[in-house]
Amino acid sequence: MNNFIVKKSKKYVNNEILNWSAFLRLKKMKSQDTRLKYFYQQGTYNEETPLSDIQFLALDFETTGLDVDQNSIISIGLVPFTLSKIFCKDSKHWYIRPQDKLEENTVIIHGITHSDLTEAPSLEGILVELLDHLKGKVIVVHYRNIEREFLHNNLYNLIGEGIIFPVIDTMQIEADLKQIKNWSLRKWFSKPNVESIRLANSRKRYNLPEYSAHNALIDAIATAELLQAQIKYHFSPDTQIKKLWI
Amino acid sequence: MEIELVEIQTFIKKYPPFNLLPEDAIIKAVHNIEISYFRANSSVLELGEIIDKFYLVRSGEIAISRRNGDLYDKLDEGGFFGQLGLLMRGVVRFPAKTTQDTLLYCLPQTIFDEFYDKYDQFSDIVEVENTTRLKQAFESNQDDRNDLTTAKVKTLLTRDPVVLPQTSSIKHVAKIMSEKNVSAILLTDPTICLTQNDTDFVGIITEHDLCIKVIAQGGDFNAPVSDVMSYELNSLDSNAYIFEAMLIMLRANIRHLPILKNKHPIGVLDVADIVQYESQSSLLFVRSIFLQQNIDDLVALSKQLKNCFVRMVNEDANSHMIGCAMSEIGRCFKQRLLELAEELLGNPPVPYCFLALGSMARDEQLIVSDQDNAIILDNNYEHQLHNSYFEKLAKFVCDGLAQCGYSYCTGDIMATNAQYRKTQSQWEECFADWIDHPKPQALLNCSIFFDLVGVFGRIKWAEHLNAFVVRRAKKNNLFLASLAYNALNRKPPLGFFKNFVMENDGKHRNSINLKRRGTAPLTDLIRVHALAIGSQSQNSFERLEDIIEAGILPSTNAQDLLHAMELISIVRIRHQSLDLEIGNIPDNNIEPENMSHFERRNLKDAFLVLSNAQNFLKFRYSANKFRVE
Repeated sequence: MNNFIVKKSKKYVNNEILNWSAFLRLKKMKSQDTRLKYFYQQGTYNEETPLSDIQFLALDFETTGLDVDQNSIISIGLVPFTLSKIFCKDSKHWYIRPQDKLEENTVIIHGITHSDLTEAPSLEGILVELLDHLKGKVIVVHYRNIEREFLHNNLYNLIGEGIIFPVIDTMQIEADLKQIKNWSLRKWFSKPNVESIRLANSRKRYNLPEYSAHNALIDAIATAELLQAQIKYHFSPDTQIKKLWI
Repeated sequence: MEIELVEIQTFIKKYPPFNLLPEDAIIKAVHNIEISYFRANSSVLELGEIIDKFYLVRSGEIAISRRNGDLYDKLDEGGFFGQLGLLMRGVVRFPAKTTQDTLLYCLPQTIFDEFYDKYDQFSDIVEVENTTRLKQAFESNQDDRNDLTTAKVKTLLTRDPVVLPQTSSIKHVAKIMSEKNVSAILLTDPTICLTQNDTDFVGIITEHDLCIKVIAQGGDFNAPVSDVMSYELNSLDSNAYIFEAMLIMLRANIRHLPILKNKHPIGVLDVADIVQYESQSSLLFVRSIFLQQNIDDLVALSKQLKNCFVRMVNEDANSHMIGCAMSEIGRCFKQRLLELAEELLGNPPVPYCFLALGSMARDEQLIVSDQDNAIILDNNYEHQLHNSYFEKLAKFVCDGLAQCGYSYCTGDIMATNAQYRKTQSQWEECFADWIDHPKPQALLNCSIFFDLVGVFGRIKWAEHLNAFVVRRAKKNNLFLASLAYNALNRKPPLGFFKNFVMENDGKHRNSINLKRRGTAPLTDLIRVHALAIGSQSQNSFERLEDIIEAGILPSTNAQDLLHAMELISIVRIRHQSLDLEIGNIPDNNIEPENMSHFERRNLKDAFLVLSNAQNFLKFRYSANKFRVE
């Protein structure tokens, strides 16, 4: 597996995995879980596919906290889109019963009530449906550490196997762009200001509207809009997917 | 859809045409919305391209332009567009581009259509926008509503308001008024800090105020204008209807009304603007023809005819209505000229009937038209005695018509031509000869004589002559066959593969002459059928109704002919109207690349109908056929 993985910190794309198609084929062979096996079997796009031909899926989680070992997913929102259209019709939102024990007094998290969660299905309960939405698409997130790692970890705890797939991280794109912009300045080595690349602040740079409500689905849509804007600003419909996915 | 789309739901239900919809419809809309992001200065809709979405601006700004590229309107958050294209079955009529980074909510056509059919609150709003705000009317309906009740005040505004601080001196205000050539100025108070809901002017000063409150009182010209301006302000939103503006002006006895958009003035409506607007109406136009006292005045009036035409087109009139109005106006010019001629030449020595021929007789006249006319003289007419009177009369009328824009007939079919001034019995003989001894070549140039109407004098004579012709023609198969033969001379512009065939001569190369290739051959073939069944109607649509009733055509074919005639006519009319609006000289030629996809497709269908109808005509009235029942 190691020969597929190259750690790079280059200009604005971190190509951690060079050949996603081959990587997913390998995962398919190794996977023990039939659901995941089926998911990997759907594969992904050839790395040279232009962005205009890609079916994207924006994905957002809300979690009980930021510690991937201690906390777990409590809601999932997703919406499929292309370079030109975001399809609300096919959007989806779930509440998930968390794996960690909810303290009785932490009644409301992100406006989600305790009863929303105790009556909600477990992650495993919606896994087939979730994978059905994800399969074959290029997943788009804002800050991949949350979505990628929480899904991997939460699944691992549930079924003894994690999950991995290529993502586009709109936050990483913003961070990379800032790096490039600062390249000529002395600040090139400094860390990007995290505050400025949060979802709401990133959207402002593209004159996208502010959203008052926050939940996993609205944030997924907000992320989809942000990627559309980023591509219109900085890339082209002919840009190859390998330039953006990680 | 997921309930978590509440963000989108709260947005769309704030704005028309969604704001009045029931909750389940809102949810359905949200469910089906597709979101698109556009950078500033990118094209959203191109003229003539297929449109299948209704658009709502979520953020940013959209500029809507006219066909000729002029800016038409700007839309920001909550603005909607695309409805006109959707109602026109899917072709963009007004191109849209972004002027800022813009996020759009797009509603698929299926949902738009469903809402349009199901909710009056929805269809009213998109339709009002369609017919009056966008001022382009493409669906024909609404026969005689008074358009003061449907046109909005903003359509009358021609310039931005002139605004000055109220501290300006009266003298300065008067100076600006004359420089900018306005009769009213809005005044602001620079010391007031505006909140969102305030209008940003505090008073108005008009010519009338300056006259009454300053000059008549011997006031000080250097005093601030705030001393004499009017504070009690009436104003009206730009989306209000013209009749509301009239009501306010009448009630408050004022002549100037500030018009607001989002609480900010975008113009001042002058009572003269309303008068001007109304004077273009075709009914008033007809009346004013008879008020003109001489040729020069008539010529001056005729220059306004094109405004009248453009207005009818913009108000959604169909080709039949426009043809009737234009023909009626043409006949009125003739009548008034004949009245003037008789004033000049004295009473006629013998009674006569002045005839209109061709399109004017058929109620199918448009803006580009030449004159075809003739005179029926009393049977007691004596050439030596009376000829010079009628020669002068004819010359007076035909010259007058030419000056009023009805150019001389190139085939010299005019009353000035001695051979087209005949007595009643001579005309009957003449028609009898054409009908009984038909020679296609001879008939070629006289088909327009079979569309005739009396406009002045003994109008009944025209009806008698027409009845004579119809009686005689109906029985004569050879004549009908010859007429049919001629009707096949002009083919629709379709090639073997049903592509358009362009004119390839002269300055109209690569265009299609919609009259020569469309309405004229259609009129010709409708005339043959009409004569065959003894119809006395003159108008092609009325003739077709008679033909349908007589049942000589398969009914679907006759219906298709109706639609084809309307379509080709209205496309021709709209292109002439557009030419007039942008200052070109209107003609009958249209370049396929200037047509929308929608027009192209439908014109092709219409020409195909014509082509099939011509084939049928050939078969039905072939000369060797024994009898036409």
